[in-house]
Amino acid sequence: MIGYILKRLVSAIPVLIGISIIVFIIMALIPGDPATAILGSFATPENVEKLNRDLGLDKPMIQRYFIWLGNMLQGDFGRSFSLNKDVLDEILERFGATLILAGVSFVLCSVLGVVAGALSASRQFAITDKLITLSVLIGISIPSFFLGMMMILFFSVQLRWFPVSGMWPIYGTRDIAALLSHLFLPAVALSVVATGVIARLSRSAMLEVLRQDFIRTARAKGLSETRVIWRHALKAAMVSVIPVLGVQAGFVLSGAVYIEMVFQWPGVGRMLVEAILKRDILLVQGGVVFVAACYVMFNIIVDIIQSLLDPRIKI
Amino acid sequence: MTRFIALFARSQLAFFGLIVLSFILLLAIFTPFLPLNDPNVIDTSNRFKLPFSEGAILGTDHLGRDLLSRLLWGTRLSIAVGLCAAIIAAFIGSAIGITAGYYGGHADNFIMRGVDMLMAFPYILLALAIVAALGPGLMNALIAVAIVNIPFFARNIRGVTIGIVHREFVDAARLSGMSNTKIIITEILPNVFPVIVIAMSTTVGWMILETAGLSFLGLGSQPPQADLGSMLGEARAAIITSPHTSVVPGIMILIIVMAINLVGDGVRDVLDPRLKSGALSTPRSTTEVSKNKSNTGLKNQILLSINALKTEFRIGDRILKAVDDVSLTVDKGQCLGIIGESGSGKSVTALSVMRLVSSPPGVITNGSIDFNGGDLLELSSEDLRAFRGKKISYVFQDPLSTLHPLYTVGQQLSEAIQSNSYVGKSEKNKKALELLKAVRISNPEKRLNSYPHELSGGMRQRIGIAMALANDPDIIIADEPTTALDVTVQAQILKLFQDLRREKGLALVFITHDFGVISQICDKVAVMYAGKVVEIGPTAKILDSPAHPYTARLKSCVPELGQGKRNLLAIPGFPPMIDNMPSGCAFASRCQKVKQNCYLTAVDFTNIGQERGVRCLFPEEIKAG
Amino acid sequence: MVSSLEFDKLSKKFPARKGALSLSKFEVTAVNTVSLKIKPGETFGLVGESGCGKSTLAKMLVGLLKPTSGRIIIDGEIFDKSDPKIFGKKIQYVFQDPISSLNPRKTIRQIIEAPLKNLHGMKRPNRDTRIKELFDAVNLRLDFLDRYPHEFSGGQAQRIGIARALAAEPKILVLDEPVSALDVSIQAQVLNLLEELKEKFGLTYFFISHDLSVVEAVSDRVAVMYFGSIVEVGTAKEIFSKPKHPYTKLLADSAPVIGKPLTLNEKSGYELPDILNPPIGCAFSERCVFAKELCSKETPIFHESKNGSAVSCHYPIN
Repeated sequence: MIGYILKRLVSAIPVLIGISIIVFIIMALIPGDPATAILGSFATPENVEKLNRDLGLDKPMIQRYFIWLGNMLQGDFGRSFSLNKDVLDEILERFGATLILAGVSFVLCSVLGVVAGALSASRQFAITDKLITLSVLIGISIPSFFLGMMMILFFSVQLRWFPVSGMWPIYGTRDIAALLSHLFLPAVALSVVATGVIARLSRSAMLEVLRQDFIRTARAKGLSETRVIWRHALKAAMVSVIPVLGVQAGFVLSGAVYIEMVFQWPGVGRMLVEAILKRDILLVQGGVVFVAACYVMFNIIVDIIQSLLDPRIKI
Repeated sequence: MTRFIALFARSQLAFFGLIVLSFILLLAIFTPFLPLNDPNVIDTSNRFKLPFSEGAILGTDHLGRDLLSRLLWGTRLSIAVGLCAAIIAAFIGSAIGITAGYYGGHADNFIMRGVDMLMAFPYILLALAIVAALGPGLMNALIAVAIVNIPFFARNIRGVTIGIVHREFVDAARLSGMSNTKIIITEILPNVFPVIVIAMSTTVGWMILETAGLSFLGLGSQPPQADLGSMLGEARAAIITSPHTSVVPGIMILIIVMAINLVGDGVRDVLDPRLKSGALSTPRSTTEVSKNKSNTGLKNQILLSINALKTEFRIGDRILKAVDDVSLTVDKGQCLGIIGESGSGKSVTALSVMRLVSSPPGVITNGSIDFNGGDLLELSSEDLRAFRGKKISYVFQDPLSTLHPLYTVGQQLSEAIQSNSYVGKSEKNKKALELLKAVRISNPEKRLNSYPHELSGGMRQRIGIAMALANDPDIIIADEPTTALDVTVQAQILKLFQDLRREKGLALVFITHDFGVISQICDKVAVMYAGKVVEIGPTAKILDSPAHPYTARLKSCVPELGQGKRNLLAIPGFPPMIDNMPSGCAFASRCQKVKQNCYLTAVDFTNIGQERGVRCLFPEEIKAG
Repeated sequence: MVSSLEFDKLSKKFPARKGALSLSKFEVTAVNTVSLKIKPGETFGLVGESGCGKSTLAKMLVGLLKPTSGRIIIDGEIFDKSDPKIFGKKIQYVFQDPISSLNPRKTIRQIIEAPLKNLHGMKRPNRDTRIKELFDAVNLRLDFLDRYPHEFSGGQAQRIGIARALAAEPKILVLDEPVSALDVSIQAQVLNLLEELKEKFGLTYFFISHDLSVVEAVSDRVAVMYFGSIVEVGTAKEIFSKPKHPYTKLLADSAPVIGKPLTLNEKSGYELPDILNPPIGCAFSERCVFAKELCSKETPIFHESKNGSAVSCHYPIN
């Protein structure tokens, strides 16, 4: 087992390198002189020349890539001109907020999605199934940012149950209760689409499994229906659901962008959008690489869980 | 095509979605010709007018622009961009997927590593990075969304392509002298195409949402041009004071995407071949019984007696009579063989006993199944459960697919052991070990912790048998238990069955298509053809002198070992189609002895003495003895 | 002219890994130095259980797989480029699963025409005449031509598969389990048809099956394959009635025959050896009731006797 984890970690290295190359290439697509693009309105000829030298932009592409990679490995992601702050510091400051939001949403959508899907499949064509299917359809069709706006309008403005936006109250204590009341709406809004996708997939995976021969064997053994569905069928269905959970984690993590904008959540997503609009390229670059790297690590965990569940995966 | 539409219209929801979508598409196409206000004319004195006010049916936005006009123009733009992104992503992604899947090897490795890298990014993050580089703008958002979705298509299509490349018809095409390009175009593509259509129809909605999202963030369409996303983005500031400016475009996106998703699901269901066989529904725990109360009356000592059983499959309007008027009996310690070809109804008969026929579409419409004098068909699902695995247990054909892949042998055995009452852990273990020893598994302690995929075919079948033995049943019903096994392993398993019968006094129902197997282990045999029992009697007598022409011909068309090269006596023609049974004897058209009467009416089962019965008007003469 | 077929020390190894992420690669031997000579006009049977390498061998014969080593010789000509296009005119293949060997989205006409067009460059009128000949030969009606494969039963589909193979005008057919997916009552029809076609077109057959009785009924000579190697070759008449190799004897004894009681004389419970850890010496020694010390040490060599039969065993049965 430990051997598998180590191997899996080692196999992440080429992926991480790949990510850095892709980001590097994308950023190299920026039209015109990169230094001017990075400095934006701050660009004076002296500044441009200095930055060109600092970033090694006068050197060939491949050399530039290794300089950039080397700097990143030493924790130097560059300096954001718009915030006049170290890029890594800013990301680390913001990432916690995104992690809380995305993490809670992810737990919500995984649990709700799998349960709803399994329930729906086990009662195929019954009223429960139809209700769940309809809710799921609406869930995957609604833009999360629109949903968020409507939730603010209804729960915060009309009913005044939850605060309108932000992560902490402006005045008052920063305790867990305050956080939860701020977190509730954005977390739900963010999880709706993913819940829908997971529920749909769990339902079809369950339907697929329920037709398998080993389910007939379980019934022939005289097991109760509860056991057949929640033990035998669900466990087998999870094999195809778990990889999708991994993909959905990516949707939640990056979909947080919209929700952070709507709810003024101080996370990495909002930082990225603001940076793009201000053309703060170093901040964008750093943010993307950092979040993608975290996601790669998360997927390793998913793989490990999958290998624990399914003995057919060779370790 | 008409079939496609008919199938599609069967799903009311999808049809509804199609109507809504067509309406919106028509609106979008004809927007330039509609008598609308200019969407970009600013009139700040009339800002935030409410819906249904004069001159603006849906009201105006924060710059006093007509919302209806902006909505329709925005819809047009959103749909166009979403569709373009979907087509680009589908085209490039599928091309990549087919290439990688078809050529395999290093090309595949290289391409798929690249795709994996793209997929290592959380979805929207990559789109953000691309827009960041290219700069905000609708065109750039389109490119970003398309690129982000390419890996999805590439992966899916590659998977499907690999499945097709390994099919035999592709090898056949190679042997027909076709070049690779030709094979891809004429053999692979037509088979992959439905999958591409499905993938596209289920992702167009996504892509519309994604481009709207980028516009919402201000990274897509730039003012004054507006798609639905940027309309929402601009309205966000006024969400509390003038919610209608957000609600209008928001609802529109919801309707469009929902309609597309409904249509997409409909398309998927129609193109998914499994729907055509009616297998899309989950089987219930017990087969549906829909019949009049039986009047068996015969409360005899016979262990299991199946009387006038009819089992049908109801698929759409078609009724397939899989089992038609079958009566069989099995006594204590007896071994009954049921022999027949595929489609003869032998497996369905066996599964009907414990009501394990998939339902829907299976329904038992007549007869009774008396076990120790009580009719099993009268029991509720819950009561029936007390018989399953305890009194009557099953061994199935393919031991790999019939064992749960994720539980160990030990777990599956102990589940069977304690399915009727709680058993302590150590006792369970002891019993599981005993069972493994009973089925002659070497090294049983080690095997308890093995998973089914770690065992060989013969070993898996032994586990299947051990599970069937767990509660000391009175009868084991074995449905082609050796068909999937090699001949040397088959002999081992047959031996095991024979030994177990002797040791435990078990009754056995053994289903097979092989007379050799029947002759080796069965006391009594029933021959089935087209859903009916055509002949029944003691094995030795039937094999020695068959009464039904079908039995006789079937026996002689199977080559027997030890006679060297020779010509075989083939039965001409094909078995009747199950949904188109002739009114007379089902074998008539293939029978050498057929007479006019055989075609006319159904043939009754007649007793011909010596515990034998036959369903034939002109049976073969049987030898006495 | 009737063709002959010869393999000379044919082997196929596949690369394998112990686990998905494992770096240590090694090779698995599917076919191990097989040498056989098939006489012109003969039906040569090959029996073996699943996983013994018989399909791999067959695929190499028609150029669908590239041999790791060894040569294939047809009519004295060496075929060392594994390209189905070169093999196609000489040797064709009939697949096990008749439905899966027909592209579901092509009409039967398109399927039968493919070899005529691509291998022989035939023009339309000639093709139509040829297709009519072929369909007559396999007893199929011409109105089937514009239908799709799913409309046919297994027996009919297999006739179409045979017609397609014959369309290439090969002299040798590789028949890979041609009847095992068919119902018992249909099998005999197809086997008899194959016999007729052989006479009519002067064909040589390489007939593969796991079913002993089928192989015996159609073949002139039979080879028995176990774990990638040929263990015995003999005439159809004698190979199962007087087996020399203990494995052949086990097969013959295991086959259920009407009226013959169940007999079992192998070390109970043993099955195929692990392909990842091939045994040393004779691959069958673990299961063999006659095995002696030598058997698990040395691989036996193939002994040919005067009458053309051969056996690879240290202690053959007399």
